[in-house]
This record gives sequence, structure tokens and C-alpha cells, in this order.
Amino acid sequence: MALATRTDRRPSTTRTIWDSSVGKKSVMAVSGLVMLGYLVVHMLGNLKIFFGADEFNGYAHWLRTLGSPFLHHEWALWIVRVGLLAAVVAHAVSAYQLSRRDIRARPVKYAHKRRRASYATRTMRWGGVILGLFIVWHLLDLTTLTVNERAWAGHPYENVLSTFSTWYGNTIYIVAMAALGLHVRHGFWSAAQTLGAGSARRDRTLKFLANGLALVLFAGFVSVPVAVMTGVVN
Amino acid sequence: MKLTLRVWRQRGADAPGHMASYEVDGISEDMSFLEMLDTLNEDLILRGEDPVAFDHDCREGICGACSLVINGDAHGPERTTTCQLHMRSFDDGDTIDVEPWRAAAFPVVKDLVVDRGSFDRIIQAGGYITAPTGAAPEAHATAVPKADADFAFEHAECIGCGACVAACPNGSAMLFTSAKVNHLNVLPQGSPERETRVLDMVARMDEEGFGGCTLTGECATACPKGIPLPSIAAMNKEWLRAVRKGPR
Amino acid sequence: MSDPQHDHRRHPAFADYTTGEPVADTKAPEGPIADRWDRRRFEAKLVNPANRRKHTVIVVGTGLAGGAAGATLAEQGYHVVQFCFSDSPRRAHSIAAQGGINAAKNYRNDGDSVHRLFYDTVKGGDFRARESNVHRLAQISVEIIDQCVAQGVPFAREYGGLLDTRSFGGVQVSRTFYARGQTGQQLLLGAYQALSRQIAAGNVEMHARTEMLDLIVVDGVARGIVARDLITGEISAHYADAVVLASGGYGNVFYLSTNAMNSNATAVWRAHRRGAHFANPCFTQIHPTCIPRTGDHQSKLTLMSESLRNDGRIWVPKAKGDTRAAADIPEPERDYYLERIYPSFGNLVPRDIASRAAKNVCDEGRGVGPGGQGVYLDFADAIRRMGRDKVAEKYGNLFEMYERITAENPYEVPMRIYPAVHYTMGGLWVDYDLQTTLPGLFAIGEANFSDHGANRLGASALMQGLADGYFVLPSTINDYLARHPHRDTVDDSHPEAAAAIRETRDCLAKLLAVDGDRTPDSFHREIGELMWEYCGMARSEEGLRKALDRIPEIREEFWRRIKVPGRGEEFNQSLEKANRIVDYLELAELMCLDALHRAESCGGHFREESQTPDGEAARRDEEFGYAAAWEYQGTGAAPVLHKEDLVFEYVHPTQRSYA
Repeated sequence: MALATRTDRRPSTTRTIWDSSVGKKSVMAVSGLVMLGYLVVHMLGNLKIFFGADEFNGYAHWLRTLGSPFLHHEWALWIVRVGLLAAVVAHAVSAYQLSRRDIRARPVKYAHKRRRASYATRTMRWGGVILGLFIVWHLLDLTTLTVNERAWAGHPYENVLSTFSTWYGNTIYIVAMAALGLHVRHGFWSAAQTLGAGSARRDRTLKFLANGLALVLFAGFVSVPVAVMTGVVN
Repeated sequence: MKLTLRVWRQRGADAPGHMASYEVDGISEDMSFLEMLDTLNEDLILRGEDPVAFDHDCREGICGACSLVINGDAHGPERTTTCQLHMRSFDDGDTIDVEPWRAAAFPVVKDLVVDRGSFDRIIQAGGYITAPTGAAPEAHATAVPKADADFAFEHAECIGCGACVAACPNGSAMLFTSAKVNHLNVLPQGSPERETRVLDMVARMDEEGFGGCTLTGECATACPKGIPLPSIAAMNKEWLRAVRKGPR
Repeated sequence: MSDPQHDHRRHPAFADYTTGEPVADTKAPEGPIADRWDRRRFEAKLVNPANRRKHTVIVVGTGLAGGAAGATLAEQGYHVVQFCFSDSPRRAHSIAAQGGINAAKNYRNDGDSVHRLFYDTVKGGDFRARESNVHRLAQISVEIIDQCVAQGVPFAREYGGLLDTRSFGGVQVSRTFYARGQTGQQLLLGAYQALSRQIAAGNVEMHARTEMLDLIVVDGVARGIVARDLITGEISAHYADAVVLASGGYGNVFYLSTNAMNSNATAVWRAHRRGAHFANPCFTQIHPTCIPRTGDHQSKLTLMSESLRNDGRIWVPKAKGDTRAAADIPEPERDYYLERIYPSFGNLVPRDIASRAAKNVCDEGRGVGPGGQGVYLDFADAIRRMGRDKVAEKYGNLFEMYERITAENPYEVPMRIYPAVHYTMGGLWVDYDLQTTLPGLFAIGEANFSDHGANRLGASALMQGLADGYFVLPSTINDYLARHPHRDTVDDSHPEAAAAIRETRDCLAKLLAVDGDRTPDSFHREIGELMWEYCGMARSEEGLRKALDRIPEIREEFWRRIKVPGRGEEFNQSLEKANRIVDYLELAELMCLDALHRAESCGGHFREESQTPDGEAARRDEEFGYAAAWEYQGTGAAPVLHKEDLVFEYVHPTQRSYA
């Protein structure tokens, strides 16, 4: 009698994850958390600017010698960069594919429009695009120094001051950090749900944590241009 | 009460649709929303027009047939089913927009009626416990902790109406799917199929063309039975666990 | 009326009938009642498992009975073709049952047993059910709970993890298993999930949104059905080795009832027209605890679970026309009439008694609420005794539902309730094997007449539906299929099949062609109000005769003035409705006739002429100790009555006493 209704053949784990909306979301969650961890460290490093050019530039130099003598010069940095690139690509590709699926799932829109969900939730997609563009500019500005007006290789302190001495530099940066705060606010909580950490009991804690992280990152990053603009750092 | 209704009219699955305006008068605030539509339809029939098609059956809020988006809200402004929504939730002179569930996986059949067969197919993919009739052990052979039984019940309350999909900006069926996965996976009886169930149901859900979850929470807000949002997280956990362990 | 054969006229009116040969169940084995089911299963022929795939069984309906039967037959290896008019099998009206399901598990050690459940059911049914069937039902009740738990039905549990039970109207033991106020939903989803598994396995071919409109009978044997695809309007015939009707009850003939809007009598009635006898159509159950109606717009009535009577106290003011708010009526001026009249059962008397008592106090002018059509169901004492939280845990969802509908908070103001049509004990006549008088046609669940006699006890409908679907039919249908292997195949070209298809098309075409000036609902409402007035909670010869005079007039007017917009070849809900009313207009007539001929009171059937001096129902066993199976003779033509004598070997008929 034909009682079995399931097949035993299953695709590989990677295939299962990548082919599934839930799997792809978990790829987004993990890559997002990787980037979030990096951002916390990055933000703390940035705060060194308040202790003067020597300390800041020294820190930048140390980053290049990290792991030595075991690792060659800048190898640690490159490992981090490759990891981050992988995270960004995984995050963006998943996001793109999931968004396409989401849009296809509602081909006809409602005639009666009404505001749905919170601002942070609604701006995840555009916020993500803004952040992606910002990263490009940020790398061209302070890593490759391509667009930095007073580019001075090996002197990040001075380069940062240069960026934040222009109105557009400040604007781009602050807008992007606001987008980051919103993105982290919903993204962190969402990632926790996707990875199954959410429950009715933990919901408040997770929301508090998400808001806290968003606020701390925003405040930490934005404190630098604000300090430059107000002359606290010069 | 006198109301203006703007109702989605569409003759058939492939026909074009539009919002049509109707005036209804003499509406009592004790009427349910569907009884108000009955009144409209009685008028339309007598005027020789085609009455508005809508799904409904028990009118007690349990069968899950009724499915209207009212002023942009699935099942309207109260947290209940359309059949249990009463006209006292509206004011005299209101204009009310009535639309069908909108989702690629719920194609319109006619007017406000949609095809929710995709939900049935998700259940067919694994939303059951394999227990052929006659094979059951004595009911008290396995005690189920009350907390687990209550958790199962809370999720088993889903009526399969599809409001979660209708409300979700992505047309996602995660809340529906998670309700059944959680109901069955928490029970000792459901545990042998725990991994295959969640993997197969999620795969089916994706195949049906539902969107993904972006945790907007709209589904849980619209759910007339109060299936909670953390239900989705619980299913994600089950899914990841199943991927890690592999189906037994 | 007592001897209709003497009342010869040239054109016999419907109110006349002739009495034909008695009908008898030939399937229940002799011997001790407790052994009969075992013996029947042993004596029944079986179909070789390898051959089952070659047998097709049509199941109409996907409620508790149909869903369970479809799943189980498919598990056994039969090819099942199943139909439901809803968009999904999960929406069948079994889903709305709130209270619970009885089972003689005796988990409470309170003196329950299979025999006690059997006894309670026969007595509750006022001695109008067949003993063999009821005993089997009681035996199977325990297996149902096991089956449902194995399927994952989340019944209420105690802190120790074991199943909780509660008591229900008409019994003194706690044997009702429940899942908050949604037991029917949970049991139905269990059956639906089992069915879904079989659909996925390819063993069940499911036709949703497809309604049976006729039965195909070939050479006196049921061989298929004619169905309409409700989306495209396409009429098609489906053929099988046996047909199972699990299409529910016919309470919607009353227009206002607790049935779902789409529940209807078409499947059973058209089977009746094709030769299946219809038994005890006048046995309808009026449920005592429904929310009173508010106005003419009302499309249906909502039931509040009978379990509320466990903790709620029913009362009305002692004085007539007392319009004070409930809270302003002091204790000594309240009449807790059920507790007063029936001190040992109090608020837990059977449904028919509670309903009639409510009608009586309202008729006396002591009813409460708009129109005086209501009585109070008061939880003030329960809240004082158990605390608000405990009451909320037990009845929270019911209280919410009440408040949503009435905008009154039952924690503060007593609920108002009034009886409403709820369940129909009558249905297609079936033997012990659940086979109708038409070979190859089976009827299960509420669609048949068995088990509940003249009144159904609370929490017994779910039990019967599942017993029939999971356990009885899958055993007994083997015997039929094994003994009647169909070697010939039937198709649309067969004269009898072609006739059924043509008649179905003609009926729909006729409905569309009238193009009159009255809507289907207006006729439904008219026939419903007539039935409630004359064939409702209390019936009299005079009233029933009035109804029998009026029904043919309504029917004539229907065919002259009905207006059905649209076409037949499309999704057309007005056409669906009108087509169902065609059957109500005939069924109503048979219900009235059955009520008229049964000049006794029993269970849900209360004849004003037959009552004890203190107003209780007076049964007349000598004359009416039978089930009345009616044979169709044509629309408006006098039907033939076949009596099935009921023999009581184990439970001896007594006048029911709940005092």
C-alpha cells in the first residue's frame, strides 16, 4: 500500500540552504552579524581619533602589522577584507534574490494604501542600497584615497580631517550612518529571529539590544565628523 | 447607516478588474460586515446586476473562508475575521474599500474570491503526523507536558484564512507554515517526522510562490487567531536544526 | 391523520401517505450486544489488499465523517475520489463544533463505562435509536481518542500531562474531551491532515469547490454522482464502485440556524429522490445556548458552547415584563427555572429540555433582551467562586466571541441566550453497515439518521462522525465491495447516467430562465420562518397542516418568481443558493409530514397534543416505537412510510426524568 508520501532523496545541505527562502535569510543573518561585529570594532577604533594624530596613525599602522611575525605585513588586514567582501557579497546577493521573490509574490498591489510596519523595517532595502554605495565611496575616500582632496598615504588622521572638512563629506557620512542605525535596528532583531533565537520571552531583550547597538554605532561613528566640524578634533 | 463601498470586481481569473462604487443604505450597526454585503447583493440581484462574489461559510470566525481586505487591512480594523467584524466599527457616511487577498499564490477566482489551494499543498507536503487509523496506542501512553500541549494548541488554532499572506508586504506564508510546523513538532507524537516536516513544508511554501519573511510583523497583527510572531523564529530554528541534523 | 389510508381522495395531497413494507436492519448480528461489532467485522467479507486499488469509492464531504473516511479508505488502499463545495477540505462545518467529544475512557474513575455511554445515549435520544448502533458507537468512542491523540490533536491536558475531561449536558460523568472551545476544529484538522497525506500520496483525488448535484443509480445500484465545478460551472459525472455521503445535516432548511451558510441538503435529498429512504426528518435539535437574533438582517445564528452551562446559571425575572437591567433584579426576584424544575440535573438537563424550558418562560412573557426572546446565562457566581482568571481560561474565547457579536461584556453583564436550530438527528436511513436502502450508497455522520434517536447528547456528534468515518464505514464497506464486484464500467453514455446529467443541467437552466423578481434568499427566509413557526420547538397538528398547505404555494411561487443572475457556466453563488432552495422546498414538506404523523412527543420533537400534565414530553411507545423511513414518490406526491420497529433489549424505555 502506498502510504509513503515523502521521497528520501535530498539535495545537499548547501543546496538546501541556498534554494530556500529561509536558508537564504539565514545567510543574510550570518553575513549581517559578521559585518555588525566588524562595525563595532571599527567604531571603537575610530574613537581613537579623540586621542590625537599619533595614537590614531599608530593604531592604523598596528593594523598592518597585526599577527606578525607569524603573518606577513598586511596579511591579517587582507584576511579581514576578504572575509568582509564575502559577507557583503553574500548579504547583497541574498537580499537581491529575496527581494525579487518578495516583489513577485504580490504582482497586484492594493488600491487602498496604508502605512505598514515601522520606518526601520520599511527602509531595509533602500537603506541597504545606500549603505552599499556608501561603502564604495568610503573605500575610495579613505582606503584608496582616490577621491580624498588632500590624500596623504599613511596618514589616516589627516585624511579623515580632510574628508570631514567638506560639507558633502559630512553629509554623505552622517546620512549613511543614519541609514546604518536604522538598518541595524531592524536587521539585528530580524537576524535573531531568522536564526531562531527569538521567542516571546526574549523578544524585549532582543529589541532592546537591537536598539542599543543601532544607537551606539550611530553615535560612535557620527561623533567623529561632529568633532571635526566643531573643532574638537583638528 | 449609509455607506459608500468601493469593491474590487473581476469577472474571472484572467479578466481585468477594477474598483466599483456602490451606495448602501439602511445598514444597522449590529450587522456583520458580511451581512452588510448580503444587503448589497440583494439589491444588486433585484437591479439585475451581478452580485459581488465573496467566500464565507460558518460566519462564526472558525472556518477561515472569509477573506476580505477592508480599507487596506486583512479582515478589517478589528482583530477578528471579516464575518465577526460588525458595522459598529464604522461610521455613518464612511467610504470603505473592499479588496481580495493579494498574492501571486492566491490567484483571484472572481471578485473577492481567491484560490487558496497553495495552503492545502503546504499541508500536504508534511503538515500531518503519519498515524494510520487503527495504529494508535492508548491515549495516556504518552504524557504531554501541559506547557507543550498549550504551545501546540496555540499554534493549532490557525484557521488557514490567509490573512497573514494578505497583510504581509511580501505575500509571505511563513506564519501559516510555522503555525502547523510548531503545532506538530512540539508534540512527542510529531517528533519522528520533525525534520522532514519542516524541510518539506518550507520547500513547498517556496515553490508556491510566496514571498520571504522580512519580519515586518504585519502577519501576526492581522492574524484573527493571534498566532504570535515568534512562531516564525521557532520554525526557523526547527528548519536550521533539520538542515544541521539532516532528515532522519 | 391517525389512519391516512382511509382518507382517499382522487388526487392525494402530500399530507397523505401510504404505509409500505416495514424496513429492518439485517446486518447487525444476533447475540450479546457487546459482541455484535466484533462478530460483524469477522463475518464481513474482505477485499484482498492487492485488489483494493482497483476499487473506486466516492466520498462526498470532508467533515469529520467524510475526512476520516476518505483518509482511512485511502490508507487501506482504495482509490478515493472526494468532493467538497468549500475551497478546502479544512472548512467543513464540523470545524465549528466547540464543546468536546465524548468517550467512555473512565479516566476520572467516576463510574463511566461503555455500557453507561450506551445507556446515556439511548436514553438521551428518547428511545428512538437502534441499540446495536449506539452500543457500537460507545465501544468505538475510546479508540477515537487514541487515534486523535496519535494524530497530534492538542486536547486539553492536566499539569501531569494527561488528558483533561469535563462534563456535558444530559450526563452525570465527566467524559468529554476537549480542546478549549475549538474541539471540532482540532478534530477536523486532524482528519484533514490525514486526508492531506493521502492526497499527496495520490490515493485520494480531491475535488474542492465541487458540489454533488445528483446520484447516478444504475440497475438499482449507486454507481456515481453528478457534480458541478463551482468555479467553471462545468457539470460532470464521476463513477465508482460505491458512493459515501458525508454531507452533513439539513438544519439550514430553517434559514436561521447555527449551520454554516453553505451547509445544505442537496446531496442527501437528491439521493432520496433516487431511492434512498429518508428517516425521521422531523427530529431536529434546537440548541439551548445560542446568541439571540438582533434583527431581520441576520444571516445565521451563533452558538455558544453548551459547556457554558457547566458554570453558568440560567435565569429570567420572576415577574412578567420586568425590564430592569439584570444587575438591578435582586436575587429573590430571579427564577433559576432549570434548577427549580430539574433539581438533580439543574442547568445540565439535555438540550431539548433546556430549549423548551427557555421557550416556555419567554412565551410567558418573562424573556429578556430585545423582543423578549432570550434568557440570562449568568457567570457572576462562577466568577465569585473560581475567580475571573479561571473563568477566562475555561471560556475566554467564547466570552470574546459573545462580546464581539453583542458588544456586551459577559464578565459584567449576564449573557443572553436563546435556542436555535443546531443539528438534525434525522437523515438517510442506514443499516448497521451504514448502507442506505440503495445498494452501494452509504451515509455517514450527520447525513444519516442512526445513533442519536430523537435527541442528540452534547459532544456526541463529533464522536459519531469520527466513529463512522474512521472505524465503522472502512470496515463495513469492504463487505459490500467484496460481494458486489462491478465488472461493467459505466460512463456518460449509459442511459441512467445520461438522464441524471441531463436532469441536473435542466434544473439549473430552469432556475436561470425564470428571471423573476425575488431573490433566492427571500425564498429561503420565507420557508425558514414557516418551518421555525410550525415545525420548530413545538409542533401541533393545526400548525403543521398550515405549513403543509403553504409549502406547495411557496414552491409554486419560487418557480414563477425566482431571479438568478448570471450564467450557469461561471462562478455563480446565487445559482448555488437557488439550487439548494429547490431541495429545501421539498424536504420541508417531508419534515412537516413526518412531524404530523408522529403524534407523540419525543426528544427534539415536541407535539403540543402529547404532553404530561406538567408540560413534559409524553412519548407513546406503543404506537411510535419505530423509526420512520420515507420513500420518495415525486415532488408533492404522497410518500410511502416504511417503519423500522425498534427493539430495546438492554435499555428499557422509561419516561425520561431529569428531575
